[in-house]
Amino acid sequence: MTDSKYFTTTKKGEIFELKGELNSDKKEKKKEAVKKVIASMTVGKDVSALFPDVVNCMQTDNLELKKLVYLYLMNYAKSQPDMAIMAVNTFVKDCEDTNPLIRALAVRTMGCIRVDKITEYLCEPLRKCLKDEDPYVRKTAAVCVAKLHDINAQLVEDQGFLDQLRELLSDSNPMVVANAVAALSEISDTSPSPAAQMEMNQQTINKLLAALNECTEWGQIFILDALSNYVPKDDREAQSICERVTPRLAHSNAGVVLSAVKVLMKGMEYVGMETEFVTTLQKKLAPPLVTLLSSEPEVQYVALRNINLIVQKRPDILKHEMKVFFVKYNDPIYVKLENWTSYPSATQENIAQVLAELKEYATEVDVDFVRKSVRAIGRCAIKVEQAAERCVSTLLDLIQTKVNYVVQEAIVVIKDIFRKYPNKYESIISTLCENLESLDEPDARASMIWIVGEYAERIDNADELLESFLEGFHDESTQVQLQLLTAIVKLFLKKPTETQELVQQVLSLATQDSDNPDLRDRGYIYWRLLSTDPAAAKEVVLAEKPLISSETDRLEPTLLDELICYIASLASVYHKPPSAFVEGQALVVRRTQLPVRSASGEPGATGATESPVPQQAQPVQQQQSVIPSHDTAMGDLLGDLLSMDLNPQPQQQMSMTPAPQQDMGGMDLLGGGLDSLLGGPSPVAGMPASQASMGGGLGDILGLGISSTTYVPPKQVWLPAPKAKGLEVSGTFSIRQNVRYMDLTLKNNAMAPMGDFAIQFNKNSFGLSPASALQVPSPLSPGQTADVTLPLGTNGPVQKMDPLMNLQVAMKNNIDVFYFSCLIPIHLLFTEDGQMEYANQTSDRKVFLATWKDIPDSNEVQKEIANPNQLDPKGISDKLQQSFIFTIAQRNVDGRDMLYQSLKLTNGIWVLAELKIQPRSPTMTLSLKTRALDVIPQVQQAYELIIANM
Amino acid sequence: MIGGLFIYNHKGEVLISRVYRDDIGRNAVDAFRVNVIHARQQVRSPVTNIARTSFFHIKRSNIWLACVTKQNVNAGLVFEFLNKMVEVMQSYFGKISEDNIKNNFVLIYELLDEILDFGYPQNADTSILKTFITQTGIKAQVTKEEQSQITSQVTGQISWRREGIKYRRNELFLDVLENVNLLMSPQGQVLSAHVAGRIVMKSYLSGMPECKFGINDKLVLDKSGRSDDPSKVSATGKSSIAIDDCTFHQCVRLSKFETEHSISFIPPDGEYELMRYRTTKDISLPFRVIPLVREVGRTKMEVKVVIKSNFKPSLLAQKIEVRIPTPLNTSGVQVICMKGKAKYKASENAIVWKLKRMGGMKESQISAEIELLPSDKKKWSRPPISMNFEVPFAPSGLKVRYLKVFEPKLNYSDHDVIKWVRYIGRSGLYETR
Repeated sequence: MTDSKYFTTTKKGEIFELKGELNSDKKEKKKEAVKKVIASMTVGKDVSALFPDVVNCMQTDNLELKKLVYLYLMNYAKSQPDMAIMAVNTFVKDCEDTNPLIRALAVRTMGCIRVDKITEYLCEPLRKCLKDEDPYVRKTAAVCVAKLHDINAQLVEDQGFLDQLRELLSDSNPMVVANAVAALSEISDTSPSPAAQMEMNQQTINKLLAALNECTEWGQIFILDALSNYVPKDDREAQSICERVTPRLAHSNAGVVLSAVKVLMKGMEYVGMETEFVTTLQKKLAPPLVTLLSSEPEVQYVALRNINLIVQKRPDILKHEMKVFFVKYNDPIYVKLENWTSYPSATQENIAQVLAELKEYATEVDVDFVRKSVRAIGRCAIKVEQAAERCVSTLLDLIQTKVNYVVQEAIVVIKDIFRKYPNKYESIISTLCENLESLDEPDARASMIWIVGEYAERIDNADELLESFLEGFHDESTQVQLQLLTAIVKLFLKKPTETQELVQQVLSLATQDSDNPDLRDRGYIYWRLLSTDPAAAKEVVLAEKPLISSETDRLEPTLLDELICYIASLASVYHKPPSAFVEGQALVVRRTQLPVRSASGEPGATGATESPVPQQAQPVQQQQSVIPSHDTAMGDLLGDLLSMDLNPQPQQQMSMTPAPQQDMGGMDLLGGGLDSLLGGPSPVAGMPASQASMGGGLGDILGLGISSTTYVPPKQVWLPAPKAKGLEVSGTFSIRQNVRYMDLTLKNNAMAPMGDFAIQFNKNSFGLSPASALQVPSPLSPGQTADVTLPLGTNGPVQKMDPLMNLQVAMKNNIDVFYFSCLIPIHLLFTEDGQMEYANQTSDRKVFLATWKDIPDSNEVQKEIANPNQLDPKGISDKLQQSFIFTIAQRNVDGRDMLYQSLKLTNGIWVLAELKIQPRSPTMTLSLKTRALDVIPQVQQAYELIIANM
Repeated sequence: MIGGLFIYNHKGEVLISRVYRDDIGRNAVDAFRVNVIHARQQVRSPVTNIARTSFFHIKRSNIWLACVTKQNVNAGLVFEFLNKMVEVMQSYFGKISEDNIKNNFVLIYELLDEILDFGYPQNADTSILKTFITQTGIKAQVTKEEQSQITSQVTGQISWRREGIKYRRNELFLDVLENVNLLMSPQGQVLSAHVAGRIVMKSYLSGMPECKFGINDKLVLDKSGRSDDPSKVSATGKSSIAIDDCTFHQCVRLSKFETEHSISFIPPDGEYELMRYRTTKDISLPFRVIPLVREVGRTKMEVKVVIKSNFKPSLLAQKIEVRIPTPLNTSGVQVICMKGKAKYKASENAIVWKLKRMGGMKESQISAEIELLPSDKKKWSRPPISMNFEVPFAPSGLKVRYLKVFEPKLNYSDHDVIKWVRYIGRSGLYETR
């Protein structure tokens, strides 16, 4: 009996015919008919019309038939939800069957049917199956929870399936554990809700490590992938995990090996750098990686892409294994090309071997491959200075072969070598010139022209050579045209007498006959330079060039660190972070972070690239800007201040950051306010802070002593006396009774009394502005100090500053106008209504949770912050509340306290926070989530300040 | 995880399509056909990303197998799974071909349902799968005990072996299969050489036997304190070898290997690959190839190739084949060889010289005159001379020291098991430039 006949069905009336057969009484005939239906389904025919008839066949004790019907159901249930309900009864019945295979089959299939009504019925059987006596049913049910979560996440959380799943982590059967791990990992990956996160503690880790030895190869991969997300609490734990994972390196399944490598690479980061442990572990990593290269080509490809990352992160691992990357004659081309990955690790010792090999490749057939080989030779030359000469002679040999594309590639490469080692290898120029005619690619032509121009004085017939290019000027690509223009100008500057005509010609070609603006502009610039000041032209055109570096094809360190966390996965194959190719999936930030190395982890003798990893490894993608930013910010201020100046004195502008005097617009900003300022201090009525005019001592008490609810940083000197003709201004910011103040201390260090004080702010990021005029006891006699408080409003003009919290202030007195800038502490901007509702009573919505979920995970930033006084959660929460950081909810997970907090800035930006407090630990973990990423560093700082200082 | 699995024939027609996840639509099937199978330029990577959907493919004979996903899956796992899938299908119905797949499509769907759940690979061990996925469908009447036995095996710790196996004669076949790879410069300098070895076992043992396997690995011997015993010198003249790396079948207890360096396991029934290993040091190269090429003018070349066998005279190498590439513009070839048969194969641009067998420490040579058509083409880049052979020893020097079988429950002992050991060294890529 063969099944292939089902693929060739008669065309006409086919559906009708099938219908008849499906309703036949004979079992065999029914089965045949269902097979035909499945076959049509596979080739893409629409057989959904047969739905009721197929479902009718479901009630059968023939397992093969049942499986076929289920297959059909999974495909079409979504398009016929009402009909699908017909199947529910059979499913529920099957879940009670005595045969565990049937029970599992029913649960497995039900989870694949994405129809709401069916999922409702699924809950009860699923709950039972999760506790089934048979491990086969349990392992199937575990995966089913993940399926259900994909359909309806809320349902899974509400029904408590997550807890049941967590219990399965301690199941006696290793395969159940593995599937539970896989399901939990997937759920915590896709769900941002804190409840769905997979909490891993030492006990779970131990269970997983135990199951690792016993489950199937695939299960081992699930477990290893989950392990790689765990953050060990100290060196010792990291070390013991590494020790228990190391045996996996000898597994025959490449997936297991790669996942183990991932765990170990991350583990090494936690252990620290120069320990002997890491050194031995590195040695153990090399042989398995090499072995991967003798597996199937596709696996080899994945392995090579990963080795590329690993070698960049830890160049020592494979430094003795150069030979295995040598390409074999009949490797598939993608493997051949990927073998290049290892070549960045060429060193002085192995360079001879590598070069011999590269030269061999350069005579291969595949053009791409050959080009890469030639390029690699150039890279070796640039990287290993001692080998440069050898490389150059190898390149020369290759040029002698006269194979067109080899020659062209070689010339491009030689140009780079010239730039790296000026005045060393120019003797070969004559050889290069022989090949001028054969160059037909823009890259190669441009390179050659560059060489001729750069070394025009050494090439006797440089003018002839360049002239020959000039004939077809308009047919060249822009790159070549630009290069040619520059080269001829260089030539002219070097040999002005013979080449005047030539330069005239090229300049007129570039400026008059060309449509390309770049070319034309460059032409005009040269022209003008040459006609006005040839000496300057020489300085510009023949200026010394910076040397080029060799690390051009390396990944950025932050990206590399992120990718190391994704070893074995698709991200490591693409060398892109998952966000670049995974659609709308929430990616949990902690996954992408390597730990910041502890103090012991200084760059070791091994010389690996070991700069501490920045906290925000996640590239910010959907960054919302807080405030519209203008490039002309400084110009504005300058204009404003100038308009305010009574007798401008240029040197005073020294106190400001150097600003281009471009845009003098925006003069009106301070205009109005200024008039009133000049008119003399006029107190604004209704402001509660009219005590501001009181004398020094009292101001002090008011400013810092009593009723200071929020944290107030100590006063800083903002404007030192020498810069302001004897006036010293120091100050800070504070909040009292929900009013924001700038507390200032003015000191007169000059010989004459001061008066007529006035103050004005420039536009700033949060629209801070004085709410009343500055009230200083006037006159301020020499040697006297005055403490003044200035109430602030937040409705002033807004403009994004850099740094964000910068506030530029102008202060005037009877002598002059002075400028200074200060930083606003962000907690000044926290508002008293920053408490987000945890749950909305009326609509029963979890506001906080919903908001948390709404913000993309890429906007989450995590940081370790200090808790020097080792405050308990209550203390922390109270202190933060005084500064308007409100605790919404508190949970205790595995002995750690989690505080969920919210705060709101004056401009309406919400920041949500999760604070993880470990008892008796001097640090805690702060995760911030907000739509406006710019404020995050400031908020982190505020947290640290408030907690450290109170 | 894996979102779907498709199987296509060489024309790009879908033979099997199974979708596991909702994010994979029907158009994914066509996307792969259009962009990879029918791509104008040959696709240069086994992983392709089309419109944010990633495709992993392998090609076996002229059948394409592709896994689709929209997530950041473990790429190693996916390819290993595809290879496993091929293996499972082969063990069910032999060669992977369009006909075989069409003939067994119901079976394949059933297998796909079992070994991938929501895209997560489950137990894919053929010996276990065969107990409950049979080509005739599950026997309707299985007893309750049998059912639970099946499920416990599928999920069990020893998922690769079922219980209650009985043989009248307990027998073991052990093959040490090695591939020697060599790349030699024309001057006779070894550029790279390594041995990729496999230990393949066929076990026909009753019950749940516990096996212990020992080889002359330097590490093990040094550890157990045994010094080099001169009486144990092997065919290649050394008593222990340095293994660069090895991997094991999942039945081997890896943690025990890590700590004690002992290879212990409960074997699957029938044939399986116990171990793979790799060595690079002290390889005894069975043959040396010495080429001599002389260009006589523009239209004539003389080639002389000498091969020398380098092993014990009592041993015989078999199936020797030397392949000497010739230029593309060859018009005629005259070959003279003392032994074996040599032929110029124009379609392959090579002279193929075959020898049935050759003893150790012997020498043989071939000389050829190649006439060339005058051509102005660029210089011919000479591909390496390659060689194939089979020798009855392990070029790495690996020796099996012991293989002990313990079965505590049944009453047969290690002595009752009949054991056969065989060494075969084959050429992998054995090339001389």
